[in-house]
Amino acid sequence: MTEKDVVIIGAGPAGLACATRLKEIGVNDVLLIEREKKLGGILNQCIHDGFGLHKFKETLTGPEYIERYLQKLINYKVEVLSDTMVVNLFPDKSMILSGPWGREKIKAKAVVLAMGCRERTAGAIWLAGSRPAGVYTAGVAQRLMNIDNYMIGNEVVILGSGDVGLIMARRLTLEGARVLMVLEKLPYSSGLPRNISQCLNDYDIPLYLKTTVTRIHGKARIEGVTYVSLDDEGKPIPGSERFIRCDTLLLSVGLIPENELSREAGVAIHPVTGGPIVNDTYQTNIEGVFAAGNVLHVHDLADWASMEGELVADFAKRYLEGSLPQTQNWIEVKAGEGIRYVLPQRISGKIDVNLLFRVSFPARNKHIVIKDKDRIIKRKRVINPHPAIMENIEVKRDELKGVQSLEVMIE
Amino acid sequence: MFDIGIVGGGAVGSSIAYELSRFNLKIAVFEKEPDVIFGASGRNSGVVHAGFYYRPGSLKAKLCVEGNKKIKEWMKILNVPFKATGKILVAFEEEEVQELYKLKEIGDTNGVEGLEIIKGSENVQKLCPTVGEAVACMYSPATAIFSPYLFVIALAETNLLNDVKYFLNCKIVEVKRENGNFMLKDQNGNRYECRWLINATGVHCAEFSKMVGIDSYRIYPCKGEYLLLDKALAPLLNMPIYPVPSKDVGAYLGVHITPTVEGPITIGPSAEYIEDPEGYETTPEIMEQLFQGGYKLWPYFKRSDVIRTFTGVRAKPVPPGDKTFYDFLIKEEESVPNFINLIGIESPGFTSAPAIARVVREIIEKKEKLIPKEKFVPASPRKERFEDLPEEEKQRRARENPEYGEIICRCEKVTKREIIEAIENPLGAKTLASIKYRTRAMMGRCQGGYCLPKIVEILEKEFGYKPEDFQLHKEGSWLFSGRMRKND
Ligand SMILES: Cc1cc2nc3c(=O)[nH]c(=O)nc-3n(C[C@H](O)[C@H](O)[C@H](O)COP(=O)(O)OP(=O)(O)OC[C@H]3O[C@@H](n4cnc5c(N)ncnc54)[C@H](O)[C@@H]3O)c2cc1C
Repeated sequence: MTEKDVVIIGAGPAGLACATRLKEIGVNDVLLIEREKKLGGILNQCIHDGFGLHKFKETLTGPEYIERYLQKLINYKVEVLSDTMVVNLFPDKSMILSGPWGREKIKAKAVVLAMGCRERTAGAIWLAGSRPAGVYTAGVAQRLMNIDNYMIGNEVVILGSGDVGLIMARRLTLEGARVLMVLEKLPYSSGLPRNISQCLNDYDIPLYLKTTVTRIHGKARIEGVTYVSLDDEGKPIPGSERFIRCDTLLLSVGLIPENELSREAGVAIHPVTGGPIVNDTYQTNIEGVFAAGNVLHVHDLADWASMEGELVADFAKRYLEGSLPQTQNWIEVKAGEGIRYVLPQRISGKIDVNLLFRVSFPARNKHIVIKDKDRIIKRKRVINPHPAIMENIEVKRDELKGVQSLEVMIE
Repeated sequence: MFDIGIVGGGAVGSSIAYELSRFNLKIAVFEKEPDVIFGASGRNSGVVHAGFYYRPGSLKAKLCVEGNKKIKEWMKILNVPFKATGKILVAFEEEEVQELYKLKEIGDTNGVEGLEIIKGSENVQKLCPTVGEAVACMYSPATAIFSPYLFVIALAETNLLNDVKYFLNCKIVEVKRENGNFMLKDQNGNRYECRWLINATGVHCAEFSKMVGIDSYRIYPCKGEYLLLDKALAPLLNMPIYPVPSKDVGAYLGVHITPTVEGPITIGPSAEYIEDPEGYETTPEIMEQLFQGGYKLWPYFKRSDVIRTFTGVRAKPVPPGDKTFYDFLIKEEESVPNFINLIGIESPGFTSAPAIARVVREIIEKKEKLIPKEKFVPASPRKERFEDLPEEEKQRRARENPEYGEIICRCEKVTKREIIEAIENPLGAKTLASIKYRTRAMMGRCQGGYCLPKIVEILEKEFGYKPEDFQLHKEGSWLFSGRMRKND
């Protein structure tokens, strides 16, 4: 059985960055596995720009962003298996690969999970009504249009204001479809503010907050939807039902880290992030299994996913060398008042750590406070905290001396 | 000219065709939809019932008990997956225990084998470790679960090998008698002639009967909604859990929780009378009720475990509020000789289908001698799912054929070879749902998010599909309005 030092599963922004970084720091026995023929993951279908501002200090389209890494990949001669799916992953870090070339079991000393995420579906949000054609998740629509060259409909309602949905509102409009409205059940959009302005406002596409679809109409192809206003508790307001004709419904109702393989291997999953529970070395509960990118938690920007991949490369190397920080007393990191989640979920206290978190609600002029019981360790002002924007606070190793537990909260 | 014309290609129509295709008869099956599993036969609990719910002496009782044995035999022959799980009916209150004894008595009278009353929560949990806190249960070992769509597909594909003709997308809209035979006309004006006419149109049976000149039946469509749960929960449920049936709703078994042979778990069905015989809609209120009802039986799932909802419609011959027992009606109509009517074939219609087919055969045999065919093919070749093969075998096949190496559906792990075989299905069913029911691609937790574009690509590149050729599940269910840009 082939054995590799590091196997990276998934060649999106996180996996690509991790693979190239490993080579840069001298880890050579690396295998990068991708189920698609082309490397790059979801960015291949993201033909709009806005990628790379943080990583490359310029704005690129998805494919351009990927191109940067592909160049490096070639230069560094990274071993790549594309068109290959990891179908099973076992706790001993062996795995079964399958592709047109055949099917085989291999083993790794360290595994980096970088499988990205998938979209929530109509079933997952309990969408009621009939089941006609023409109900697409936004990402599938994007792929069918941008890669496979199919037009998916003409009169479109978009449910959910996630970023992919917003991008598709603009894309469909530019392709001659009429995007009638975007409906969001929350009192605020779950997409980035810049996408609201560039993809909806610039094209006069209305966004209705506290509104949702309660029924899909049509037997063969969708013929319309019933939508309602929601009260402060998120319950439909009686009498507010309205009908709108459409031949397409796009769903942009959230992304779920894709951890079927991780689960099978016994990786513990966090109920809020949907990704593995990791420590400050991005290691999961299984020794030598690391996670980076959207498989860990859904990022707002590809740049962040790549940076996470690079970070994990460093830790994977140290794992191979046996020099990762060791401890018996992990410090648990808790998401307190007003915080949806914090990552990593446990830290050793022996290295600097960059805490990543999301707030639960939009607000103005708040402070983020990090506490050990009642002792304040750090405080940071945030002007416009928003659930769509990932925040971070760096905590130095010195600041963690004697710390028993950590709680991040908003004030 | 056909000897036998069967209208409706579902479980009942296809079982009758299977039964009759052993004889020297020219048989045609007319199905209005683009596939045979889009009616009730693809929208139900997938339970092989034992037969303890039905009045002793009734056709339902007799045919269900007979069908229970027969359908299992047929499934073995046809190589269709089923599991002899047994099932339990649980009583949560002392008063319900009496009902269990009544059902057992009915079952014993009907000839159901092995019924047992089991008392005490611990003893109930010995049978089914995850059931909610119950007072007692009735255990029925003869009950089983099976794949309803694979069964009908296997029947239809076998029927083709025995020279039964299937006409899909063929809605019979007019029936006339000419020279003692039946002249059928479909929606496109095509004509077909047959000597015997069999009404196996499910929920449309009254409407069709009227077309043949008998307007004495009414059907009151009654829908049943379901929730479908992620198959990750499958290890936690070893058999269907049913409540004690409510006395308030006629012949309604109540919301039950049922494992499927493929893994996902169903919760349902509800029971609401509706106008539209094809009103396959789900509603927020019912979904909530199912969630609550299911949770009482089996408190092991969360809202986020729901991957899909679906609906089936029952062919009820009694109006809302009518609690009298009503039976299957299977007979040759006196006023229209050679017209065999099947009315109100609702649950346990699927289980009974092989027995219903026997009854139909005997009706015909009363009037003419049926001569067995020299060569009858008992089953079309069916392959196991690739995913169910041992790993070494998978590796061997993948080495030999690249199409076994390529995984198209990640959730259900369906290979490209299996997708291609489904596209090339002998019935010629062309919709995406046809591929779905045959392979399970698009049926898993991501609901086609990953594999739909890949299947579209295969259809385009290897089967020459144009944008307008793609259909989801019925006439008019187009996927694409055209190309975005000129293809180069
Ligand atoms: C919610 C629900 C749960 C059930 N659960 C179970 C269960 O667990 N176990 C069990 O044994 N039974 C169960 N049943 C009952 C079982 O599903 C049905 O009795 C059985 O499927 C009926 O088969 P069929 O062939 O008569 O109907 P269908 O499968 O509906 O077939 C009738 C076919 O006729 C076609 N058709 C109609 N009109 C025309 C026309 N004019 N021209 C051409 N074609 C036409 C339709 O398109 C359809 O395909 C359940 C039913 C429902 C609704």
